[in-house]
Amino acid sequence: MSESAPTRAEICVLACAEAWRGDGEILASPMGIIPRLGAQLARLTFAPDLVLSDGEAYLLAGETVEGWLPYRDVFRLVARGRRHVMMGASQLDRHGNQNISCVGDWARPTRQLLGVRGAPGNTVNHTTSYWIPRHSTRVLVERVDMVSGIGYDRAAALGPPGNRFHEIRRVVTNLAVLDFPAPEHTMRVRSVHPGVSLDEVVAATGFPLNVPDEVPRTALPSAEELKLIRDRLDPGALRDREVP
Amino acid sequence: MADKVMSIDEVIGELRSGMTIGIGGWGSRRKPMALVRAILRSGLSDLTIVSYGGPDVGLLASGGQARRVVTGFVSLDSIALEPHYRQARQQGTIELTELDEGMLHWGLLAAAHRLPFLPIRAGLGSDVPRVNPQLRTVRSPYADGEEFIAMPALTLDVALVHLNRADRQGNGQYLGPDPYFDDLFCLAAARSFVSCEQLVPTADLLAGGPPQSLLVNRMMVDGVVPTPHGAHFTSCVPDYDRDETFQRAYAQSAASPQDWQRFRETYLSGDEAHYQEAVS
Repeated sequence: MSESAPTRAEICVLACAEAWRGDGEILASPMGIIPRLGAQLARLTFAPDLVLSDGEAYLLAGETVEGWLPYRDVFRLVARGRRHVMMGASQLDRHGNQNISCVGDWARPTRQLLGVRGAPGNTVNHTTSYWIPRHSTRVLVERVDMVSGIGYDRAAALGPPGNRFHEIRRVVTNLAVLDFPAPEHTMRVRSVHPGVSLDEVVAATGFPLNVPDEVPRTALPSAEELKLIRDRLDPGALRDREVP
Repeated sequence: MADKVMSIDEVIGELRSGMTIGIGGWGSRRKPMALVRAILRSGLSDLTIVSYGGPDVGLLASGGQARRVVTGFVSLDSIALEPHYRQARQQGTIELTELDEGMLHWGLLAAAHRLPFLPIRAGLGSDVPRVNPQLRTVRSPYADGEEFIAMPALTLDVALVHLNRADRQGNGQYLGPDPYFDDLFCLAAARSFVSCEQLVPTADLLAGGPPQSLLVNRMMVDGVVPTPHGAHFTSCVPDYDRDETFQRAYAQSAASPQDWQRFRETYLSGDEAHYQEAVS
């Protein structure tokens, strides 16, 4: 099995892992199967100092409990800023405004979702990335219905010093990797996954993307990384359920 | 020392329509469900529920006892979206004060410390102020001049929490990995009621866990109710995990008014003893 070519899901795992490169000794908070595998892969390879939790109250060094982080301390850590979360998004716009609260008019939504959760606090306190397992015009929209996580236009309006901790590092989707480079901080195609055309990415996005002249291919996992993903981190192939 | 042991009905007798009630736990974890079920059977109405929302919010929203919910999310954890709450929101039958979950924490902390507000960065730039026009900001009076959300105290009339162990005087202990915010809910409330899996003699509390597990003390608690299996179907580790099968049935009962009617008749038409028998 470890001999076969990387799947789309495995490419996404590595792309998620890359989001945490250079973060040092902070809590990586992945939301979703592929982001979790990405954070674990990063810790096992190029980011050994990353701290991971079990999603509840324990910090885990591999299988070993190395610390305690109940919700009250998660909030403290958020305020302290030593965290990089990769959240999902029901809607995301070109500035990186995210919605996980509801679709439609907030007063009486057509679809009630989770609620804003910690997204407002996360995005003003520390680095945030997003994971979009189904890149489509339903998710990547011109305008989100309820700004939960704040994007670059909102952060700019907030101004300094309130916006000094805001950073949206990366958006990883099942089709591409995107980011928000200075100075305009609008969504750019950073790389397109192998087997996907740029036209597909553009067509699946509900707003004009910032497209550079040369769009690279998203990196493929190495043989060593593939072995870690397949044999050690996800032998049950849960990743394939998120990105078939 | 006062013996604070009460029955479920006696706790409900302390509640009034229109009250603001804080409910401990988190999502579908260690919720005082026996007390929530009792509210569902009561004639109480117009309640404002402050909660890290789970099936407590879903039940009281669909049952019509809650007029408003103050929360950052409502979820069943293993089922991401709470279907009964969703329905109430989509039908416009529940009012919502939507906050970042850190703001909710801060509001309880302010109330617990008898402060009118606490400054917090969370919420700035988001649509939380848009949907909460009563929210104000506050500027640091020091050289930095930074502006924050002035999160108002979330002062509660009553807090309801569920713990693993308690004594008859109101000293309570959690034995799972996370205290959630149960102590803070009690401190933010004028009156607090603790339901517990098991009443134990005071002298036995420390045999069950370390001193840090004694989350609430009798100064913070007005009544104690033994409700074995009383957090069901939410988790109450290490006493029991979430009942995922039952939770799925609860979620599926939102599919139609008939399904919901059938679920209510089967499980929620009688008292707590009836419920426990029906689910056993």
